[in-house]
Amino acid sequence: MNFLGLYNYWVFAVLLMIGFYAVVAKTNLVKKLMGLSLFQAAVFLLYITMGKISGGTAPIIQKGLEDAVFSNPLPQVLILTAIVVGISTTALGLGIIVRINEEYGSIDERDVQESDRR
Amino acid sequence: MTTLFGVFLLTLLVITALAVVRARHLVVAVMLLGIFSLLLAVNFVLLDAADVALTEAAVGAGISTVLFLGALALMSEREHYGSSRPWLSLVVVVSAVLVVVYATFDQPRLGDPEAPVLNHVGPWYLEKTPEYVDIPNVVTAVLGSYRGYDTLGEVFVVFTAGIGVLFLLSAGPGAQNNGRRRAVAEKKIGLRDERLLHVIGQLVIPFVLLFGLYVQFHGEYGPGGGFQAGALIAAGFILYALIEGEQRALEALPQGGLNFLMVGGALLYGVVGLAGILLGSNFLAYSVLAQDPVFGQKLGIILIEAGVGMTVCGVLLRIFHAFACRERIR
Amino acid sequence: MSSIDAHLPVLQVVVPLLVAPLVTILRPSGLAWAATTATSFMALMIAVGLTAGALEGDIQRYEVGAWAAPYGIELAVDSFGALLLLILTGASTFALLAGKASLDQQIESGRQPLFFSAWLLVLAGLAGILVSADAFNIFVFMEISSLASYVLIAGGPDRRALPAVFKYLMMGTIGATFYLIGIGLIYMMTGTLNLADIQVRLVDVAGLRPVVVAIGFITVGLGLKAAVFPLHVWLPNAYNFAPHAATVLLAACAAKVSLYVLLTFDFVVLQPVLPEHDPHFGAFLMPLAVLGILAASAVALFEPNLKRLLAFSSVAQIGYILLGASMVSLPGVTASLMHMFNHALAKGALFLAVMCLATRLPSLELDDLAGAAKRMPWTMAAFVVGGLSLIGIPGTAGFTSKWYLISASLEVGGAGGWLLIGVIVTGSLMAVVYIWRVVEAAWFRVPLAEPTEVREAPALMLSVTWLAAAANVYFGLSPWLQTTLASNGARMLLGEAP
Repeated sequence: MNFLGLYNYWVFAVLLMIGFYAVVAKTNLVKKLMGLSLFQAAVFLLYITMGKISGGTAPIIQKGLEDAVFSNPLPQVLILTAIVVGISTTALGLGIIVRINEEYGSIDERDVQESDRR
Repeated sequence: MTTLFGVFLLTLLVITALAVVRARHLVVAVMLLGIFSLLLAVNFVLLDAADVALTEAAVGAGISTVLFLGALALMSEREHYGSSRPWLSLVVVVSAVLVVVYATFDQPRLGDPEAPVLNHVGPWYLEKTPEYVDIPNVVTAVLGSYRGYDTLGEVFVVFTAGIGVLFLLSAGPGAQNNGRRRAVAEKKIGLRDERLLHVIGQLVIPFVLLFGLYVQFHGEYGPGGGFQAGALIAAGFILYALIEGEQRALEALPQGGLNFLMVGGALLYGVVGLAGILLGSNFLAYSVLAQDPVFGQKLGIILIEAGVGMTVCGVLLRIFHAFACRERIR
Repeated sequence: MSSIDAHLPVLQVVVPLLVAPLVTILRPSGLAWAATTATSFMALMIAVGLTAGALEGDIQRYEVGAWAAPYGIELAVDSFGALLLLILTGASTFALLAGKASLDQQIESGRQPLFFSAWLLVLAGLAGILVSADAFNIFVFMEISSLASYVLIAGGPDRRALPAVFKYLMMGTIGATFYLIGIGLIYMMTGTLNLADIQVRLVDVAGLRPVVVAIGFITVGLGLKAAVFPLHVWLPNAYNFAPHAATVLLAACAAKVSLYVLLTFDFVVLQPVLPEHDPHFGAFLMPLAVLGILAASAVALFEPNLKRLLAFSSVAQIGYILLGASMVSLPGVTASLMHMFNHALAKGALFLAVMCLATRLPSLELDDLAGAAKRMPWTMAAFVVGGLSLIGIPGTAGFTSKWYLISASLEVGGAGGWLLIGVIVTGSLMAVVYIWRVVEAAWFRVPLAEPTEVREAPALMLSVTWLAAAANVYFGLSPWLQTTLASNGARMLLGEAP
């Protein structure tokens, strides 16, 4: 059980790795952006995991539930903001890729570099 | 049992993420990314984060997928090269991750009630919200009031992305004047001829919009709020655009209206904040908005949530149309 | 109604933030420019007001939403923050005032309102970082400023701006996400996001692994955003291909704001808590600083393009700023903060001069500069003044911080101290050479076609450029303002009473 309690964090680490790998190693710009999305999503998992309390429930105080245990609302608020930041970055990144494709006729880093060298 | 289900879901999450990176066809990768977001959302439900789950489902699986597809329609959908220097990248990445794993061993375990996170600021919100703000959903209270300044920032992040995409796409060979854009929009008649989709659309879209409004105004009592509502309503209109064609979607909610939503929502939020100063308290202090401070808090939260919903909906639709009304350049 | 002074910290952010949406609907574009410039000037006035408060030695705090910290978000402006707010708002106002003609040349008028809106968002985002005392709030405003500065850079007319900005977006987002992971781990161990509260609560968990790893993530993440060598690779092209006016703004302050966060985190939050933090911080950053100064200056020696040359020089200057900070001594940190101010003055003047040149020259390759001094004597003279300040000639602002840096190195003592002095002197000599390359091209190289007549940059642009050049001399002869703010800021960072 003790190690199972860290499983979420390890998955966070592995997702981080997968996303980071795509950003660093892929040359297709759309793929890089997807990697960035995965990378950011991993962080969502980190925050939400730390706010969870055993036997708890979502932090919505209702009648008849007065003595329930609630998970921490704060990390959830932070991640709501982070999700918004993530989609904003993705949208802007896609806008740039569309323009790169129009100017260079390719969405691959190598082609872009090649065509500027000439 | 829940723990085991969680472990199962998380493992699926890792597998999906790997599949996203490995898929050579980008449309396939986008779909997998959508599935990834849904799985993540289910995970958030297990971790008691209903609001976050709703947002991740609406944004990650919905909006993000649509935006990726909208952009991919303008470019090559295949990945032509593999990875560059994969081993070197792998070494860098794995070593970074080992550091993270190393850190985990001193971390509090999942759900440990003794963890610092669960014992300082967090419980204060749970304890004081009934007294100060008196709305059931503490997440909304923190989002709208205690950390309302962050949320103001969040709205402006979305706004920045909106004007950024519009600015970027107003240049280049794909950019057109209004007449040309109209012609492109008219050509994209969507799936109007597919009878089945047409009927399903007519049935579903009103409910999506209604649900969006419900989420907007019910955010104080249950999971939801301006951001989720904005994303849902935008999704409803995007669905309409996909089925009925661009032109009809633009007729239903024209660009000018979207601009108004985009600008108006952000300004509404700011003005509510400034009202706090004018009424003798601090920026974004809602207690002074009404005689009864608790009612003032409620009023403030309703107003800013409306602002959030407007801006998010306006920006997302504006971005969608910017991609959809563009011509593919060969 | 409470006095407006009390609200200055939040108004510093909110004024440009709320004008930004309005600017998008202003037509014609000249009106959008005027509104943006006026707002930027107002932000400058607010910054002056905050500086006046900071000079009295108190930290101006503000509770947003009237919620007390750590439950609500707290803002705090100290001397260090005020120093950078002055740089930020000043650079923005100068760049906008001077940049009208250049922007008209580079960006179609129909697109300008969106561009100016993004400009105000950069201003608001960076100001938001500087006034905030909340770790997560800093992240939010970091994202506003980053996304908006991607937009500014993408406004550059050359198509190469697009890959440059995509690279910046990737590296910037990774940097910001690293920072987010770092504060997540710290939040996990302390349960709070308020910087002062983190410091208090970190004592109990100081030695634990998540905290150590968190410091690593925060340092690397902010290092990426601040273009600390060798994480600077996004910077040269981003600065080079941005519209000239935007380069003035970004070069003067964008990277420095990330450095501000890094120094605040390291000194104010971590240092009092972690006993071994000082030596680690110094040992990690000093080699990077030294390498950054030497390597980036060396690249600038051979760079054929004027704007890229100055961009590499910026990477080197970030090295000087870090060098001072990594000494972890009062003179060192003071020198570091002063150099932020002085470098902003020098680089601001230089990039303004570049903007003037660009209005008349076919390109900014050094080869095309041949004969520029004959056609644009006033512009080139302002360039030289800025260049002298960059090198650190006595009588210019740049000299004062180099002087402080050298005396701080003397205090380090021993062979190490002399080595550092050697690095500073070598770096400055290299600056002499790369500035000379520009001067040589402009004055002594024979142009292909005989220069027909004197054709200076537009009057407004030129006069603002000269104002910036004159500021370099003024603050060189009378360095009271930046010295006071920097030494107060350094005392605060090192935990001594101001």
